[in-house]
Amino acid sequence: MPAPDQLEGEDQEKPRIRLGILALQGDYAAHARALERLGLRPESDPAAADGVWRWVRRAADLEGLDGLILPGGESTTMLKFLAEAGFLEQLRAFAAARPCFGTCAGAILLARRVSHPDQPSLGVLDLAVERNAYGRQIDSFIAPGEWEGVSRAAEPPLEMVFIRAPRFRQPGEAIQVLARWRGEPVLVRQGNLLAAAFHPELTEDTRVHAMFLRIIQTARQSPERLTKPA
Amino acid sequence: MEQNGFRLKTGLAEMLKGGVIMDVTDADQARIAEEAGAAAVMALERVPADIRREGGVARMAAIRKIRQIMAAVSIPVMAKCRIGHFVEAQILEALGVDYIDESEVLTPADELHHVDKHAFKVPFVCGARNLGEALRRIAEGAAMIRTKGEAGTGDVVHAVRHMRAIVAEMRQLTVLSPEELFARAKELQSPYELVRLVAREGKLPVPNFSAGGIATPADAALMMQLGAEAVFVGSGIFKSEDPSARARAIVRATTHYQDPKTLLECCEELGEPMRGLDAAALKPEEQLQTRGW
Repeated sequence: MPAPDQLEGEDQEKPRIRLGILALQGDYAAHARALERLGLRPESDPAAADGVWRWVRRAADLEGLDGLILPGGESTTMLKFLAEAGFLEQLRAFAAARPCFGTCAGAILLARRVSHPDQPSLGVLDLAVERNAYGRQIDSFIAPGEWEGVSRAAEPPLEMVFIRAPRFRQPGEAIQVLARWRGEPVLVRQGNLLAAAFHPELTEDTRVHAMFLRIIQTARQSPERLTKPA
Repeated sequence: MEQNGFRLKTGLAEMLKGGVIMDVTDADQARIAEEAGAAAVMALERVPADIRREGGVARMAAIRKIRQIMAAVSIPVMAKCRIGHFVEAQILEALGVDYIDESEVLTPADELHHVDKHAFKVPFVCGARNLGEALRRIAEGAAMIRTKGEAGTGDVVHAVRHMRAIVAEMRQLTVLSPEELFARAKELQSPYELVRLVAREGKLPVPNFSAGGIATPADAALMMQLGAEAVFVGSGIFKSEDPSARARAIVRATTHYQDPKTLLECCEELGEPMRGLDAAALKPEEQLQTRGW
């Protein structure tokens, strides 16, 4: 049987992406459906080809992943689980080294600072987030949004589903704003981190998820990854 | 800008998946629930066990209480209205609650009609004992279905029966021929279009949660393994010896429902559960689940 580090080396040569979906609470199944529309399969599926995903419910589940999706849901609930047994610290180290994509509550977890109310976060995304800043459920809305896709050419607008959505404030210099709603940033990128105040996973449009997969592919090819194992 | 869409209504239910929605009667309980990791709270005047014990007419909770609960927590706040009482629902919508439960736990206000839930911007959850009931509620505009179980008993047997019934009836639909689907829709007393949709997808077009008698971490995990996408816990938390510890354990068990080792940890060092009532010993007129049509 080969030593563990040799196994790791073999894995790096496999072209398929290994993605995690944080499944503590929230719309993690909707993200899995979006990934399946892009051709990824559950890791347990023997027919899995281009890429696979798995649920992440504890720190050990992060092992060997190329990237992680942090879904929508209740960030207060997710934080209770992250407080257990060093999970928050390991997730912070993961997000500092590997691509992560947070939607709504997931973006709240990634942010530098969280208000309304104040709560802990991973602090990797240089952004302040105000929770439930558009109001309660009756203030939730769906809006078309212009966004700067990969081509930077005119693309069809994104359909943006905002549910008790947070507001992104005070973006730092490293933050690239990819989409705005009424002038405010709602989809941002900082290096390998992607965050949306809305829910692309609740629409049929897979372009934001596809963009995240491209970020992962680029990150896998960069030499940095070889020198910085998780 | 679309603001009344059904997708926004089911969208919030998507956000609650894998979570626990806890019954609370005041702001202090709401804070305990949020602190324990509840994904949402349900504001009501009395928990079902007390409604059952004290009797009388059970109505929408006092507005002042709901307001205090909404101010106390950052998670979504749901509230119950009586079956068919569309004015209680209008008032709750005006108040700004995040979800309305048109609930058999309260005394029904209409013996024939449920609320026309399409007329509201706020989403509704409704109870169901079987697929026909679930599809009738969805046809009326419910954006989430929960099993009824038998609320206020701490006996999970009816929640199990209802979840198994719904799951089995959905599975049966998937193998029926087109002409059989027409006949089955008639038997289910449900719109054919919804029956055909379930036959094609093998699941409800809205999230399917569980409620009614869940009192322990093991009960919560049982309902999740049977196909529930989240659980409601009513009397089970604040009628137990140590509500905070029990609430935390049920939240943990709901997330790790497939992991017996973690479930074992969830069950260690818990105080006494709610005393409970044997649901089989209830007379038919004492059952709450038969309310709703």
